[in-house]
Amino acid sequence: MRALSKLTLLLAKLYMRDPIAVFFTLLFAPLLVVLLGLVFGNDPDPIFGGRGYLETNLPAYAAIVIGIVGLLIVPINTVSRRKTGALRRFRVTPLRPLTYIAADALVYFVMGVLGIVLLFLVGTVGFGIQPQGSIGEVFLAASVGAFAFLAVGYVLAGIAPTVQVAQVIGNVPLFPMLIFSGATAPLEVMPERVQSVARLFPLTQVVTLMRGIWLGEVWSSHLTETVILVGLCLVGVAVASWLFRWE
Amino acid sequence: MQFEKGVVPKMITANELRKSYGDTVAVDGASFEVFEGEIFGMVGPNGAGKTTIIECLEGLRLPDSGRIRVLGLDPSKDRYELCERIGVQLQSAALPERIKVGEALELFASFYRRSVDWRLLLERMGMGEKSGAFVSELSGGQRQRVFIALALVNDPDLVFMDELTTGLDPQSRRSMWDMVRDVRERGKTVVLTTHFMEEAERLCDRVAVVDQGRVVALDTVGNLISSLGAENRVVFSVDGRPDLAGITAVPGVVRAEQIGDRVIISVRGSGIIGRVTTALEEDGVGFRDLRVEKPTLEDVFLSLTGKEIRE
Repeated sequence: MRALSKLTLLLAKLYMRDPIAVFFTLLFAPLLVVLLGLVFGNDPDPIFGGRGYLETNLPAYAAIVIGIVGLLIVPINTVSRRKTGALRRFRVTPLRPLTYIAADALVYFVMGVLGIVLLFLVGTVGFGIQPQGSIGEVFLAASVGAFAFLAVGYVLAGIAPTVQVAQVIGNVPLFPMLIFSGATAPLEVMPERVQSVARLFPLTQVVTLMRGIWLGEVWSSHLTETVILVGLCLVGVAVASWLFRWE
Repeated sequence: MQFEKGVVPKMITANELRKSYGDTVAVDGASFEVFEGEIFGMVGPNGAGKTTIIECLEGLRLPDSGRIRVLGLDPSKDRYELCERIGVQLQSAALPERIKVGEALELFASFYRRSVDWRLLLERMGMGEKSGAFVSELSGGQRQRVFIALALVNDPDLVFMDELTTGLDPQSRRSMWDMVRDVRERGKTVVLTTHFMEEAERLCDRVAVVDQGRVVALDTVGNLISSLGAENRVVFSVDGRPDLAGITAVPGVVRAEQIGDRVIISVRGSGIIGRVTTALEEDGVGFRDLRVEKPTLEDVFLSLTGKEIRE
């Protein structure tokens, strides 16, 4: 337990010293909220069922944080620690692999949640947006999405032989998903054909689930997204533990 | 120190160790023992199999065949227990990015059941002031000290050091040697690999000469050198090409040869140096910068493997 708590605290400290990771986890989504909030405002629009742009899309920005942490930061950091030999050095100590992964994943999870809290704060304080559903359930939904994408991140880390490859195989799925999953621009404004493809993206499940719970819809109306994300998480954990290597 | 069987406890036994990577045979039947309290060195050129051997002992690699016992444990089965009791300085290792010296030591100390006060450890290594420094900003020698400190943080019985001084400048190298001796002074057994013969000569109680995955010789440095037949060399500079026939006739001179302006006379036996210089003066050979070179581990290596070891 001592190793787990020390390692978690230290990895969190190292995370906070990485300006790029801090920017994309904690600042990028809140900045987007400010920017797009100023551009589109929050006037009621029939396209969002009579709700405003920000009101509908604020929870979707959480998916940006989740996507970036899972698909970019996890694989890049993990592969970089493996390639430099930092993980190898851990291997000649009694530190168990599971302790390392738990500490590492916990740090990404907490940082992601922190980023989501910040962006909600910007929406609430800056634009007066309030969730209609319970905020606890909103974070539960965010957690389901975060765990699924963390698991995928460790799978990518297991596949990528170098940091460069990790960057590519993280960015290639991330970018179309950022644009077409409804995380930045609402899905409703896309052509029908794009929408039907975009509905299949994993990140779209996070967006749909987050929006639904945020707007006060019940979980039973979002069983599909929940099942897909939980399934993705379980498969991801299984594949990632099979792929995991210290060097 | 005497390391006779049965007198001093064995820390390591390796028997007929073999390991291949695909078609490449890295270790080809290596056998040796390491006794408590000694500095045991493995010397050999890059690619001789030293690192593979040491990584099998640490449990990082699984040998294809052969039997290993380290502190009475099987590294492939009792990894975690073994890791509690050994210290390891890897040839290629790193720490997570953006970590500070003290943070690294505190972290590693938390991994073990038993650990020493890492602040005292840093102090003793002359790194007390660097506790708050980023590891990435240290010099090569300082970084190596951090890795030695990490290897000692669990107060291990046995410390492995793989190519400790590779890439360091001569001064840092010497201070590393003092550090290794200090580790042994604290009652620990040290197993190190090096391709610097001088390092092995200065540090090691016993040396295993490793070539092509095999231990081709294993003894104290002194015994290895005297096993060569103790051929010394008288080396000096000359002008032109003096006649060396007279010198070759001196009893004890094995051969004399001239390479450029340097003359090398191989001699054997005692009291021979005086006879050689006298003969040189009688023959009117004007010699400069005369010195006597004793055979070194380098020569042992050359004669055992037919190879120069230099980088």
